[in-house]
Amino acid sequence: MKPAEINVTVDGARRKSADLPAPVRQAVEQAIVANRGRPGALMPILHAVQEALGHVPPDALALIAQGLNLTRAEAHGVATFYPHFRSAPPGRTVVRICRAEACQALGARALEAHAKQTLGIDFHETTGDGAITLEPVYCLGNCGCGPSLLVGHDELHARVTPAAFDELIKTARAAT
Amino acid sequence: MSAVKIFVPRDATALALGAERTARAIADAARQRGVEVELVRNGSRGMFWLEPLVEVATPGGRIAYGPVRPADVASLFDANFLHGGAHALRIGAVAEQPWFRGQQRLCFARVGVTDPLSVDDYVAHGGYRGLRNALAMSGADIVEAVTAAGLRGRGGAAFPTGIKWKTVLDANPEKSLQPSALGPQPSKYIVCNADEGDSGTFSDRMLMEGDPLCLIEGMTIAGVAVGATQGYIYLRSEYPHAQRALNAAIANACAAGWLGTNVGGSGKHFDVEVRLGAGAYICGEETSLLDSLEGKRGQVRFKPPLPAIRGLFGKPTAINNVISFASVPIILDRGAPFYRDYGVGRSRGTLPIQLAGNLRHTGLIEKAFGVTLRELLYDYGGGSLSGRPIRAVQVGGPLGAYLPESQFDTVVDYEAFAAVGAMLGHGGIVAFDDSVDMLEQARYAMEFCAVESCGKCTPCRVGSTRGVEVIDRIKANIERGKNLALLDDLCNTMRHGSLCALGGLTPDPVVSALKYFAEDFEPRTGTA
Repeated sequence: MKPAEINVTVDGARRKSADLPAPVRQAVEQAIVANRGRPGALMPILHAVQEALGHVPPDALALIAQGLNLTRAEAHGVATFYPHFRSAPPGRTVVRICRAEACQALGARALEAHAKQTLGIDFHETTGDGAITLEPVYCLGNCGCGPSLLVGHDELHARVTPAAFDELIKTARAAT
Repeated sequence: MSAVKIFVPRDATALALGAERTARAIADAARQRGVEVELVRNGSRGMFWLEPLVEVATPGGRIAYGPVRPADVASLFDANFLHGGAHALRIGAVAEQPWFRGQQRLCFARVGVTDPLSVDDYVAHGGYRGLRNALAMSGADIVEAVTAAGLRGRGGAAFPTGIKWKTVLDANPEKSLQPSALGPQPSKYIVCNADEGDSGTFSDRMLMEGDPLCLIEGMTIAGVAVGATQGYIYLRSEYPHAQRALNAAIANACAAGWLGTNVGGSGKHFDVEVRLGAGAYICGEETSLLDSLEGKRGQVRFKPPLPAIRGLFGKPTAINNVISFASVPIILDRGAPFYRDYGVGRSRGTLPIQLAGNLRHTGLIEKAFGVTLRELLYDYGGGSLSGRPIRAVQVGGPLGAYLPESQFDTVVDYEAFAAVGAMLGHGGIVAFDDSVDMLEQARYAMEFCAVESCGKCTPCRVGSTRGVEVIDRIKANIERGKNLALLDDLCNTMRHGSLCALGGLTPDPVVSALKYFAEDFEPRTGTA
């Protein structure tokens, strides 16, 4: 079933949902069709949209809310509660550094400082060339071999020294 | 000649240490040399300093080599490692290693041994015997067996699992029945809390990656016991490898008839679905988790009603940790007394203990309750990785107390830890050497609470931010006495006024740091 025409506000301007970018409409429609029959469908839908688009744009939230018969406030409230969901596109590579205690015991604080300094950005920011977005993460389950870091969706790294970090960034920049 | 079986772990830590490259190097070398090998991607044996740990199935048993880097592969073939040949990296049989010999692996018996996704392998190593027994029993008898085994919730709260299940079994779902737009819905649920967010813990992850069918069997037994037909595994999004393993294992269990509408040919119905979290630590709290599963903000619910009475979608719900469920198959297989005979005091059975942080030998040990912290840190852990003295140990995750050397003789037992103002939690042990700054650790505890608070109650939401500020003032030596008194008062308010354990236990690392490491809170030379 195709969501009915609705009004959405994008960048302060009111638009029809049909005017939204096609990839956004398609991603939301596919996610809704695939998950509508599941109880508690909102989280799987948000995951599916972020997987398709790299983020969950605010105008996608309006469509999702409509598709699930929720208010936009409810959909917005859920999407913004969870740190995993982002409202703006990230850099080409997302690097998540573990800040938790087991990694701290092996030098994660120094690694974090090194990362911010060499990339010239803070957490939740993207480098000027759009290559790297730096995010904190609170445990990757690699607590025996920290400091830990995750590149992209599932590339886990153990015992990351500042020098190893620089190498990883160089590789990421070369690959994208 | 049939193919030689070679085991290369697909455990996330092993992968982080290069297991994928090692596996590829072995496959390439075998092809080049015209040797037929069968690569099995097993779980980790839990000895992380030896990962990637490669095992070869020889006629004389499995022989381990490790840590094997891609550059070592050629020399291993040259040394005839396919027949257990001598090599500098040769470890021998894993079971004969000192790290392994003293363990009692009940829950983790198959992790690292079997192909995690193979139902045949699982059954060949004792899998589904527990469920088979359970299918011939009444729900009440299954619950009684779990109660008699003395199993307590391994997520950290240590609530007796059997008593929780009995509440769900006895709950009348009609009372909480709500109409649904989605048609008829299950009347009770099984939910697995796989939101393992505590730093220093990874046993859930290792089990889900290394023996996912054990968790699935445990949940199925729970479903059969309490009369639930639908199970959900709420998995944290930081565990993509576990997600893949679980989904593949669920599909294989369905195909083999161990899930679905006719579990094991019994006519009973049980399905399992994996749902992903989204980076919120608070969703490890069971009522937040349930709200998140329902598609809401993961905010803590008031209790009562207990989830066992009104849980997921308002229905009676048995919600347990991964290790709790995974401990159930062996109880139903070997009987309650077998399991209960391990352990001490009121802590019965075994606990998968995770050694993390600044230790030489980190990894997973499953042992009966009763081992001391000191044995774990020095006999198993081998002391600090840095070679400096171990100064502080945090047990039980970010909400656990920091313990000094004087407390290292504390026994792994829920009550013994409570007696020293600490908690065993999920069994994660994080060691720090003497370079640790305990004021900074106390500050981090407050900061973490501020980041992760769900925002529902004021002591946690506001108290944590004020806590960071107060500790910053103590560090800057601004009105020290007054701010120390304020911190004490704030901790008291958080402890007694918070809705759940996040705000309620955040004071534990702070207060223990102040109590045992007061010197780190003294005025600092060189600071204002």
